[in-house]
Amino acid sequence: MDDQLRQRIEEILGSHKIVLFMKGTKSFPQCGFSATVVEVLKRVNADFHTVNILQDADLRQGMKDYASWPTFPQLYVDGRFVGGCDIVRDMYEGGELQPIVDKALGRA
Amino acid sequence: MVEPETLEQRIRSAMPDVELVRIEDLTGTKDHYQAVVVSPSFAGMTRVEQHQSVYRALGELMAGPVHALALQTYTPEAWKKKNG
Repeated sequence: MDDQLRQRIEEILGSHKIVLFMKGTKSFPQCGFSATVVEVLKRVNADFHTVNILQDADLRQGMKDYASWPTFPQLYVDGRFVGGCDIVRDMYEGGELQPIVDKALGRA
Repeated sequence: MVEPETLEQRIRSAMPDVELVRIEDLTGTKDHYQAVVVSPSFAGMTRVEQHQSVYRALGELMAGPVHALALQTYTPEAWKKKNG
């Protein structure tokens, strides 16, 4: 991955506590997995930023390399990769997601 | 499109100590899969790391032929617990 792209990714992650790289947008997800994570984040009352990777081919490839993760959505909290849909849903159901979100947003 | 057997072979050859691989074609179109992988090598890894090791095993299959893969990874202990 070139430095410019890496820098761009780090800027996005640095400017928002919670970032979801997804297919579509918060109000119009274009994939069921992305829609699920948006729904879960709403349920834990998270304030989150989304990036539509369908509109950005560089970022779409770049995020796969950045996270060593081949699919979307990808959730980042405090700059760290948390997981894709399965992991995020499991963490929500296991009660592990809420504390991470609260901590990142200074609510803990 | 990719055959479920191909996915299983790739996982088994990249992760020789795997105890169980279960591949399910979710849509009948051979590109949306669900997989369960049980391996002692997952012990001590985060879930992200567990999934990353399966993705690494599948390599370029994840970049095209497989459009979606719902993945569940377990250590043998966790798998036993889950299944009573």
